Amino acid sequence: MNKLSTSAKIYLTLVFIVLYAPIFYLIFYSFNSGGSMNNFESFTLEHYQAVFEDSRLIVILINTVIVALLSAFISTVIGTLGAIGIVSLKDAKMRNTLLSLNNVLIVSPDVIIGASFLILFTMIGIKLGFVSVLLAHVAFSVPIVVLMVLPKLLEMNSSLIDAALDLGATKKDVMMRVILPYIQPGIFAGFFLALTYSLDDFAVTFFVTGNGFSTLSVEIYSMARAGISLTVNAISGLVFLVTILVVIGYYVMTSRTRKRTEGRP
Amino acid sequence: MQAKTAKSSLFPYLLWIAFFVIAPIALVVYYSLLDIHGHFTFSNYQAFFSSVYLKMTLSSFWYALLITFFTLLISYPTAYFLTKTKNKQLWLLLIIIPSWINLLLKTYAFIGIFGLYGPINAFIEIIGFDPQQMLFTDASFIFVSVYIFIPFMILPIFNSLDRLNPTLIDASRDLGASSFTTFRRVVLPLTMDGIKSGIQVVFIPALSLFMITRLIAGNRVITLGTAIEQQFLVTQNWGMGSTIAVFLILFMVIIMLITGQKDKGGRVR
Repeated sequence: MNKLSTSAKIYLTLVFIVLYAPIFYLIFYSFNSGGSMNNFESFTLEHYQAVFEDSRLIVILINTVIVALLSAFISTVIGTLGAIGIVSLKDAKMRNTLLSLNNVLIVSPDVIIGASFLILFTMIGIKLGFVSVLLAHVAFSVPIVVLMVLPKLLEMNSSLIDAALDLGATKKDVMMRVILPYIQPGIFAGFFLALTYSLDDFAVTFFVTGNGFSTLSVEIYSMARAGISLTVNAISGLVFLVTILVVIGYYVMTSRTRKRTEGRP
Repeated sequence: MQAKTAKSSLFPYLLWIAFFVIAPIALVVYYSLLDIHGHFTFSNYQAFFSSVYLKMTLSSFWYALLITFFTLLISYPTAYFLTKTKNKQLWLLLIIIPSWINLLLKTYAFIGIFGLYGPINAFIEIIGFDPQQMLFTDASFIFVSVYIFIPFMILPIFNSLDRLNPTLIDASRDLGASSFTTFRRVVLPLTMDGIKSGIQVVFIPALSLFMITRLIAGNRVITLGTAIEQQFLVTQNWGMGSTIAVFLILFMVIIMLITGQKDKGGRVR
């Protein structure tokens, strides 16, 4: 393969700088003792301290994490079961219909998901707050899990199931000891994606969150609308740290399971 | 026996489809036929075809077009060069990581960067010009949107370039094509699928942005998304909001038919 020319390297470097500069700009000024994002006066951790002392903010952080974990877990269960169900359908037409319906929420703009869920929750009388946000997050995470699990199920050799049944396994055994271990990487990926989608979501949550309940994204939005506050910068420092940790954790986990499955015959 | 387990495992999934895919769309269509007092009417559709809303739709399309164009312009070469780096998967990951940082935080950063006393204006002053208000302009809105969408555009293009068989390029060179001809006649057509799904992943969300318009463009730019948010959460006219949503869904379907894709792709919020 031909090597990169100097101009290509400069171009790539520029793109990387532009992509990362705003993030590091935020983090840099989170240590500023002055109150703005312009003049760096001196190093301080007071803004981080402010985050941890603000009990309202801590509650919102906990809410965000709880919603993310719960919605990722529930949607992983529904999505995995759904994918197993779709694959076992014999009717190809039915299968394709389900797959198209599955993709509707993936391609729909967030505003439409948010607005239509707002109508839905109001119609069936679900109070806007924790429950509505959780339901909405589960709803938009399910199709992603299905898409992550489906390829694994399709590449699985069906003779594995036949062999297990011939050897006297019950259908529960087949599920727990053959299918689930095989598609485990897909389930992992689905859970992880669902988690990041939930943590990142702003638009849908913005529509279905009531007055009393808030997640981090919605809270940052209202803080940003009010103007610059270095507390937000401190939050970005923390978010960046957590993101990097999650990425590293995910890679360690997937490479470990990959090694394990590759070790198998 | 196997089939029976599968059927019951499908049950929660089917419930999900009924409640969160079919019901919401049906409700949006239903509400688009109601006026603010809940009476049946076509007036929302009439209103949509008035000059105010048509103008807004056009300008929303224009912004989405500009955003998609600049995103593609920057992303294609980036993806192309990325496939030529040594540890391309690692570099790709580094490009993707910024897209995982909360969107609100990235947008918030630009409030500071473009601010009257921000680093860009400081630079402008150094080279001898007067500082300018850059927030709340069209240019800043487009810049921030492009910034947000770049990783989402790079990913599908990178994948299609990565799948490209390098011997095809060698063959084209051996047959005497210049590198520009090779690019135009071989590389570009073969990566069209990646470009199309990239456009799809950027254009539809760009039509429906509302957070960036509010924070960066003030009230200067009104996209379809902003209008929906306004109708639903500020004016509380759900009927009109639903009507705009119906048209946004229609536009989405048309765009997807044009860019003809079975491929999935990321989502931007």
